[in-house]
Amino acid sequence: MTGRYHAPFAEDGSHTVDAGIADRLLKIALEQGGDYADLFFEYSVSGSYAYDEQILKSARRAVSMGLGVRVMKGDATGYAYCEDFSFDAMRQAARTAAQIAAGGQPVAPVSVSMRDTPSRYPVSIESLDVDGEAKKVILERADRAARASDPRIVRVDASFVESVREILIANSVGHMVHDRQPLIRFGVHVIAEDAGNRQSGSSGGGGRMGLEYFEGRSPEWHAKEAVQQALVMLDAREAPAGEMDVVLAPGDSGILLHEAVGHGLEADFNRKETSNYTGRVGQEVASSLCTVVDDASLAGSRGSINVDDEGQLPTRSVLIEGGVLKGYMQDRHSADFFGTTPDGHGRRQSFRSHPMPRMTNTMLLGGQDAPDDVIRSVSRGVYAKKFGGGQVDISNGDFVFSLTEGYLIEDGKVTAPLKGVNLIGNGPEAMRNVVMLGHDFEVSDGIWTCGKEGQSVPVGVGCPTIKIASMTVGGTQVAGG
Amino acid sequence: MSKADEEAQALLDLGRSVVERATAGGADVAEVAVHSGSHLSVKVRMGERELVEEAGSRALGLRVMVGQRVASTYTSDLSEAGQRTLIEDAIELARLSESDEFAGPPDPSELSSRPQWAELETFDEAVSQISADESLARSLRGERAAFDFDSRITNSEGATFTRARGVSALVTSGGFAGSDYGTYASVVVNPVADDVGGKKRSGYHWSASRHYADLEDSAGVGEEAARRTIAQLGAKKLPTQQLPVIFDKDAARSILGLFAGCVLGGSIWRKSSYLVDRVGTRVASDLVDIVDDPLFPRAPGSRAFDGEGLLSRRNVVVEAGVLQTYLMDTYSARKLGLKSTASASRSPSGGISSSTSNLILKANTQSRDALIAETKHGLYVTGMMGFGFNAVTGDFSRGASGFLIRDGELSDPVSEVTISLNLDQLLQRIDAVADDLDQRTAVASPTFRVSSMTLAGS
Repeated sequence: MTGRYHAPFAEDGSHTVDAGIADRLLKIALEQGGDYADLFFEYSVSGSYAYDEQILKSARRAVSMGLGVRVMKGDATGYAYCEDFSFDAMRQAARTAAQIAAGGQPVAPVSVSMRDTPSRYPVSIESLDVDGEAKKVILERADRAARASDPRIVRVDASFVESVREILIANSVGHMVHDRQPLIRFGVHVIAEDAGNRQSGSSGGGGRMGLEYFEGRSPEWHAKEAVQQALVMLDAREAPAGEMDVVLAPGDSGILLHEAVGHGLEADFNRKETSNYTGRVGQEVASSLCTVVDDASLAGSRGSINVDDEGQLPTRSVLIEGGVLKGYMQDRHSADFFGTTPDGHGRRQSFRSHPMPRMTNTMLLGGQDAPDDVIRSVSRGVYAKKFGGGQVDISNGDFVFSLTEGYLIEDGKVTAPLKGVNLIGNGPEAMRNVVMLGHDFEVSDGIWTCGKEGQSVPVGVGCPTIKIASMTVGGTQVAGG
Repeated sequence: MSKADEEAQALLDLGRSVVERATAGGADVAEVAVHSGSHLSVKVRMGERELVEEAGSRALGLRVMVGQRVASTYTSDLSEAGQRTLIEDAIELARLSESDEFAGPPDPSELSSRPQWAELETFDEAVSQISADESLARSLRGERAAFDFDSRITNSEGATFTRARGVSALVTSGGFAGSDYGTYASVVVNPVADDVGGKKRSGYHWSASRHYADLEDSAGVGEEAARRTIAQLGAKKLPTQQLPVIFDKDAARSILGLFAGCVLGGSIWRKSSYLVDRVGTRVASDLVDIVDDPLFPRAPGSRAFDGEGLLSRRNVVVEAGVLQTYLMDTYSARKLGLKSTASASRSPSGGISSSTSNLILKANTQSRDALIAETKHGLYVTGMMGFGFNAVTGDFSRGASGFLIRDGELSDPVSEVTISLNLDQLLQRIDAVADDLDQRTAVASPTFRVSSMTLAGS
């Protein structure tokens, strides 16, 4: 192996964990009984660089490592972790987690053997192994391009974050699997000022790749996007309030799918019957134009993984096909409940957290319409180009999104930029109101992070141009007084 | 010496040793924060245990300067090799950074020392001794109370009891050494009811305290969670309109939180706040007084010293609607040509930023009910969703749920609408503030009313 950062539990590490050690720890974890146990070893290193006021103002690095032990007994989970890989500390964690099954008879785990994984991270050299000067240059380029583009740009800052997460998972059904997950994220943020009016703009991207990312999308490209957004917003007017047609731009708008549909299809909410999609497999839950998939296999995408955090190998899950609900996203616990196989959606933020069903890359597939025709079909509505984020209430499907760049559509043409637009709706209702889909499907650039029950994981989204008939637009201007 | 004192001493010793090694290795300034903590969390669902989690953790955060070049590193690997990497990486990264004329530690004369620190009662050993069995019983009682309260509660996303304990130490090459302890226990209950059209309504309530004696019985928390969940059944959109909006104290706190982000020195020098150049001007109606007070005993955001070692102090931020000061750490104060307000916060990973401690919008004398009663027609907001706030411009638009106020009384439940108004105008339109402030959260506000906002609905 090359490079500077390697897990202590890896083959040539200081505390190598082999099948023998994993078997011993799993035996301790199931000493009090229990249906299942797993070990999650993690070593993660991240670096970040903040470029501000034309200097590299600070650089950071963080190392976090430990072992999480989980023991399951019925619907109950015992969880414990330790932060060093001495056998004593690991045994203590296994014993603590084992308490969930206290009073039961010891169960013998299946001896583990290593599983092969696919390779979905096209990285020649991990970013952490590249000299820091190279990253400084990337940030300088973004800064220079943004400043040079317009005199109204009064502030520029740019950031670069890189990480690698090395994991080793062993479980009582005999699987052992290793993965090393690289990730980078770049962002540039500008502020434009004109006659006392101040607006911001930003652009960013990345994924499970190295610095070759910038060969496809240069720092200058992102700088120009950010500048353009801030300048456009200088002329923005108050947004309308009320129900109207909404057209979503391809790519980033997939975040709407993620909120409106994705979370409700995570199997834990359906096992607990707390999702409004509970018991609706086989039913029509969206317009027949809609096919929604969650696909962990896209090469280099931010949401892609070779293996999930329970040792399962994820592929492409079809969630909705032609408007009909096909299935949920499963982790091991939910799959047991639904009598199906875990499909690789068990993810966790770190060794300090238990896994739960999570999305990877969630996408609404493209349709037949020309994007221009979609816009032309709207007499008065909103064109949503960039999103700041969204949130959903799983129990009833209500969701909210905020736009960072949106425009009015008047008589089939995109016209004035709008300030502070929010879209609010109900997942299933919005999906039934999808009336046109463009043939311009795009995967979003790698910027999205999904939060659930306090745990964050990187995700991807994707979609074509989408027309939703009648959504509530939350602006300030009430039509007709 | 108590167990926590011993733990703090060990962390201080570790901090001193890392500071010495970092300065010996080439750092002109070294600041080390060491943290050690443990927690137990028990979640039940439908009367059964769902998750029992127990663990302890320790971590080191280091910030160094070489000249005026800054870097920081963090590790949970406290082995000798782990500490060596922490220090070497920090110095290497500082050499990669570029000189920043405003960077530097606080002046040594500004640093506080032990005799000056107030006793803030943030730690109670009894909290860290709550057993797994008692935690389980407290969770079960909370969930049970929600089911017993109303038969329309048919499901549950669970009830969780958590207790946590933390000890931390800060040591700097400028001569500061201090430690801080805290305990915290909380219970949250999250019942679910069936609503019309196959929809469900999920609601929640929670309680938290630093001391065992202050722990609220979880049955009361469960009942309140059920009451809130049931009240939202049948919620509908309202027609788009302008109307007065009352924010209950949870929603009001969320609004105050947006203001908090805009009043920080870090947001001001970055021009990422609508409050740039606004000190001495009106930023809220004259009913509004806002203080940032780290010295409240037992409050969530209390601390004896700030993240750079300066003595904590109470800062009046808004007085009768007029902005008095920004909240600044040393760096942002230098950028603005001002003095630190002892508002530095140090993240576990070593970075310093300005932050609030206990930010409080002061209570008035009117009761919440009286405030509702004098509102003929309006919206009473109990929950908000989404991230629709632009700090640079103050533009605010978020999803809201709550109740229609009709003839001075709460009536139909409302959901799936947005409310919008620029935050600057929103705060200036506050025309009533209630008396129901509580100190459960670090950002706290009583219920208040905004005279007019835009509601977007059907």
